[in-house]
Amino acid sequence: MSILVDRDTRVLVQGITGREGSFHTEQMVEYGTNVVSGVTPGGKGKSVAGAPVFDTVADAVAETAPNVAIIFVPARFAPDAIYEAIDNGLPLVVCITEGIPVADMVPIYAHAQNRGTRLLGPNCPGLITPDEAKVGIMPGFIHTPGPVGVVSRSGTLTYEVVDALSRAGTGQSTAVGIGGDPVIGTSFVDVLGLFEADPATEAIVVIGEIGGNDEETAAHFIQEHVTKPVVGFIAGQTAPPGKRMGHAGAIISGGSGTAAEKMAALEAAGVRVVDRPSAVPEAIQTALRTS
Amino acid sequence: MNLHEYQAAEVFASHGIRTNSGGVASTAEEAEALARDAGRPVVVKAQVLTGGRGKAGGVRLASSPEETREVASAILGLDIRGHTVRKVLVAPAVDIAQEFYLGVTLDRARRQNVVIASAEGGVDIEEVARERSERIVRTLVDPFLGLHAWQARQIGFALGLPPDQVAGFVTMVRQLYDTYLSEDAALTEINPLVLTRQGDWVALDAKMTVDDNALFRHPGLESLRDLDAEDPTERDARESGISFVKLDGDIGCIVNGAGLAMATMDAVMLHGGKPANFLDVGGGASADQVAKAFSLVTADPSVRAILINIFGGITRGDIAAQGITEALRRVSVPVPIVVRLSGTNAEEGRRLLSEAGLSASDSMDEAAAQAVRAAHAA
Repeated sequence: MSILVDRDTRVLVQGITGREGSFHTEQMVEYGTNVVSGVTPGGKGKSVAGAPVFDTVADAVAETAPNVAIIFVPARFAPDAIYEAIDNGLPLVVCITEGIPVADMVPIYAHAQNRGTRLLGPNCPGLITPDEAKVGIMPGFIHTPGPVGVVSRSGTLTYEVVDALSRAGTGQSTAVGIGGDPVIGTSFVDVLGLFEADPATEAIVVIGEIGGNDEETAAHFIQEHVTKPVVGFIAGQTAPPGKRMGHAGAIISGGSGTAAEKMAALEAAGVRVVDRPSAVPEAIQTALRTS
Repeated sequence: MNLHEYQAAEVFASHGIRTNSGGVASTAEEAEALARDAGRPVVVKAQVLTGGRGKAGGVRLASSPEETREVASAILGLDIRGHTVRKVLVAPAVDIAQEFYLGVTLDRARRQNVVIASAEGGVDIEEVARERSERIVRTLVDPFLGLHAWQARQIGFALGLPPDQVAGFVTMVRQLYDTYLSEDAALTEINPLVLTRQGDWVALDAKMTVDDNALFRHPGLESLRDLDAEDPTERDARESGISFVKLDGDIGCIVNGAGLAMATMDAVMLHGGKPANFLDVGGGASADQVAKAFSLVTADPSVRAILINIFGGITRGDIAAQGITEALRRVSVPVPIVVRLSGTNAEEGRRLLSEAGLSASDSMDEAAAQAVRAAHAA
């Protein structure tokens, strides 16, 4: 078991013939992911890594029955691609694209909610269920199957933690990158709920960063609804206020969104908060032994 | 991107908002001339991209052109929270009956835009929110239906406005919301929004932050960017597509990935050092990017050691190592360099680095500790 993606996942790649899209399609296929088709307007008849290319999502859906869309379309055209995936009934849409204006994401989020579509991202690395399906841009080989659910706002920091876990002999059920933008489709709380309900997940790692208050909301949710042990790490303890730290959403504004507040909130909810990524494996192993 | 008050006021005015139009001066003489044209008492306001101008002495009244010159000359050149005042706005003083706060921004938790209003204007709104949250009215806007007139009206009544003032207030709210939407703003704010003794609604201040990701569809706003107000290294970094934020420590950081870059700064602090910067070179860590990163980091004379932290994912560690050694052939780096290289083909990468005489570690903690020692020894 796992969450969101597994052996039955059938992936549609939007923007499949672009540089990023074709490269990562090959990587996903190499990992063993079932990529059933791709879309590039005007690309009908081509194929990438064995996956047939269609002009529209509607055609790809009719011909290949995908159940996940992953989007590599450039920021200016990505909002339209997300709408196309939602309106064609894809239940899970993963948007890798970075740099989409917030004003575009606000109505997209509402539309996805109205249609019952789960949107992951944008500006995220995607998600992976080790040895089953990789729907994203993470290096597959660092992941190993196991009992730990990982959810994170950052890409490379997730790889860092996953790699440390795997080297310590602790595998992952599913690792989910929710993205670093101010408006994202899936929040910590959504993923925590899924991990809590997943029998294969025995412990959870939450990797947050400065900006917004999704970690505080997550802390509240953990206190009320999560029975499994949770380990947390927050990046940006040394970040100054008012400066965007790479990710559009990673900014301390009006004195709120600091790492200290988030760490305190998580600790108050019973989360084992560690001060460095390398401390995650031991904290998780302790949690697994004592739970 | 933040706009200066006078720039935001122009944008607001283009959307029909009544602003307290004045003129911008770079010298005391220009300020004096503007006051003479106004023909009445004026307020002289420092134009800096930071808050707290009033407390810092950057906003002052002047009753005559001569006094305006004196006041402007005191304000120009003032340092307000690290920002040097290069321009002042000279605007006619207004006969204020009542001050309000009005702003539009994103409610991140609800993923919806929100109108924020308060009858406590002209003060620090964050302080009001913390200490007297009941004095703040928050109204979420439906992303498809927009802001209804009744919502704006309801805000007006909640602020305790007399019925004959509500219509003017509603217009102001809708104009500010329209400005926010059509300019792709992250924030439009009027603090204070005033009701004059003559019964007019006037935006006495104007603040606007634009979503950087949306600047491609607002070329006019991009041209308002104040290059003088930006740290020169940060500007250089932005122009070469590297995320860089200058900090006040002495250990330069070069990292792939924003989250990892923040964690690297934290690791430096954890080991007793202070990071000199945040720097995300992006995914590739190519020789070009790394060379650029080296020149950005070494532009800061207080940097005494450099910590490179690369987690090889899709980009292999040996390729990243080649990028680093190639970059070092192009730019000279006068301080010790410590590399942490992990992930794909990292062993081969570390071998290449030691061949090039660089110390390379597999552990982020170890590398951070080593960089701190190197900086202290330097």
